[in-house]
Amino acid sequence: MAKIKLSEKKKQELKEVCKSFNNEKSELINVLHKAQGIFGYLPAEVQESIAQELNLSIAHVYGVVTFYSFFTMVPKGEHPISICLGTACYVRGAEKVLEEFKRVLKVQVGETTPDGKFSLSCLRCVGACGLAPVVMVGEKVYGRVSPEGVKEIVAEYNS
Amino acid sequence: MELIKLTIDGELLEVEKDTSILKAAKTVGIEIPTLCFFELKDMGIENKPGGCRICVVEIKGRRNLAPACTTRVENGMIISTHSIRVLNARRTVLELILSDHPAECLTCAKSGSCELQSMAQQLGVREIPFQGEQSAYRKDTSPAIIRDIDKCIMCRRCELMCNEVQTVGALSAVNRGFMAVVAPAFEMNLEKSPCTYCGQCVSVCPTGALTEVDHSRNVINALADPAKTVVVQTAPAVRAALGEEFGLMPGTLVTGKMAAALRRLGFDYVFDTDFAADLTIMEEGSELLDRLTRYLKGDKNANLPILTSCCPGWVNFFEHNFPELRDIPSTAKSPQQMFGPIAKEYFGKKLGIDRKDLIVVSIMPCLAKKYECQREEFKVNGDPDVNFSLSTRELAQLIKQANIDFNSLPDEGFDNPLGESTGASVIFGTTGGVIEAACRTAYELFTGKKLEKVDFKELRGFENIRHATIDFDGLPINIGIAHGLGNARKLLEDIQAGRNQFHAIEIMACPGGCIGGGGQPFHHGNSEILKQRAAALYKEDDGKTIRKSHENPFIIELYKEFLGKPLGEKSHHLLHTKYFDRSSSVFVEE
Repeated sequence: MAKIKLSEKKKQELKEVCKSFNNEKSELINVLHKAQGIFGYLPAEVQESIAQELNLSIAHVYGVVTFYSFFTMVPKGEHPISICLGTACYVRGAEKVLEEFKRVLKVQVGETTPDGKFSLSCLRCVGACGLAPVVMVGEKVYGRVSPEGVKEIVAEYNS
Repeated sequence: MELIKLTIDGELLEVEKDTSILKAAKTVGIEIPTLCFFELKDMGIENKPGGCRICVVEIKGRRNLAPACTTRVENGMIISTHSIRVLNARRTVLELILSDHPAECLTCAKSGSCELQSMAQQLGVREIPFQGEQSAYRKDTSPAIIRDIDKCIMCRRCELMCNEVQTVGALSAVNRGFMAVVAPAFEMNLEKSPCTYCGQCVSVCPTGALTEVDHSRNVINALADPAKTVVVQTAPAVRAALGEEFGLMPGTLVTGKMAAALRRLGFDYVFDTDFAADLTIMEEGSELLDRLTRYLKGDKNANLPILTSCCPGWVNFFEHNFPELRDIPSTAKSPQQMFGPIAKEYFGKKLGIDRKDLIVVSIMPCLAKKYECQREEFKVNGDPDVNFSLSTRELAQLIKQANIDFNSLPDEGFDNPLGESTGASVIFGTTGGVIEAACRTAYELFTGKKLEKVDFKELRGFENIRHATIDFDGLPINIGIAHGLGNARKLLEDIQAGRNQFHAIEIMACPGGCIGGGGQPFHHGNSEILKQRAAALYKEDDGKTIRKSHENPFIIELYKEFLGKPLGEKSHHLLHTKYFDRSSSVFVEE
């Protein structure tokens, strides 16, 4: 686990978040949600800081972070790739697309490439079922993606 | 008070509103089996996550079986605790738990005291029909405690002790579903967590998931080595509990048999930690008087209240959680660690034994003592003052291995000079005992008068936090007592906030004090056992001719011949220590 050092500014921001929930223990999930919004993920130092502010044990905070799949301790890549596994996309072969992304990027779901460029995740329906299967890279939506088209999408961001 | 009428197994009964079915059944002699449920009555400790489902019962008119530990009684309930449906469900639940449990009963450290094993016996499980994935988690060995998480059944008792009772916060359930485990933050090893090694998690774990680091093999080797002189010291609380391992009633004092057994095990000298406890009182009591006198003269830096420092779990706790208060505890070492240098630097030298050829073994009711004796500041050129610390349970195991029929042993005494002790030192093993012992000596040294009534009954009991005022011949001395680290935390927060005005505070990490230590025979949630052990110590104190530490003739001799005076230069060097800020040493590494 790489140790990161939080900048004073970010630390202050985190403190403000906790304060906005009155440093209530019972608001832990809300605080984690906001914190992940700020940092993109929840590194150990952020959890440590939150534990201190809300007067909880770090083990408890870590327990909550690891219980909910929404929370992640892995930083997202520069270009986060999400594959829709909703019903429409799934029946139109999203799983094969996902397999191809795993093969091309050499990462599993929830992981980030060593160069920090791409991270891979799944989601359920972006409301574009007509374009199934759908892939999102950052905010950009790709429709009717086939396994053969995966390399092309990745290349677009690798230049 | 509202009463609820119901029927359990055909038996009509009336119980108070809000009673659980489990407890209601108990009132009519029906023991519904439980696994995750745990309680220590009168200490406010109860675990009922309702997770294991072993205690399910059938309630007439309800579709689903209900867990008896978390379901409250209602008027007119008709309950069956052993209908065919219940029996089948209970067995299936257990078989499923066993299907992901290593079948290592023959070699498991917990075999014989394991609640999962007894449950399989009780329910007559003869095969495990389910085959599925097996948990595989790394073993984590710390200086005192071993975590073997594959044996964990997620009862969450350790979490209750670590978080609610002790407020240490080292353990939490992490991950989810099949991957869920109880672990420190970031799944670091226990050594990287704020664990105090109090061992309360070990004392409540139903299985072999949490056990102590066993040092008995090292002791056997030392005993077999003709070049070594091996001396042993035994803590006060051990004599009040060891007998339980040999089928004796809780509260049976086995001081004499224990000394006899240790001699037969081959220890060259059978000494007593009680002797060192008397020494602790000399140093700690003098420190209390010194600070008190300075305080009365208006010295603002007198550092009152003074906190006791005998308990290594407690020392670890404040080093992690209250490092800013580390000037307040007495600098006196614990009795175990006072014994070490006295044995090696005084007794050993007198006999002409080099310190590396003198092995000091301690028998402790405690797991934190295993860590304490390994601390760097308690070593001289790498040689620890106390080489090995065994728990009460490990000693019982050693005695059994040596084919000693414990119960038929004669009563024997300790060896001199480090075996003589007073009644004051015996009560060190129970909550309130250390401060009572300190008061007996401090009173006489402070007032110059003879203490007529030796018993300070106002300091005894099992309430979590106790206050008492002791009259030092016109000067009221305010005493605070806490047992259990959660209660200690409350007292410390009061000090920080300036909310209390104590002169002296005694803290013991384990509920009940050392008698309830993490190394004692398992009490399986029976708080009566703890009370019996405490009563035994008070009985031994009562039966002693000398009951004040400063009247121990061998202590007087030790100061005359070797140490000089309490808080003197030699004492300072050998018997006092310092504390460290460990608040930032928690977890996170590259």
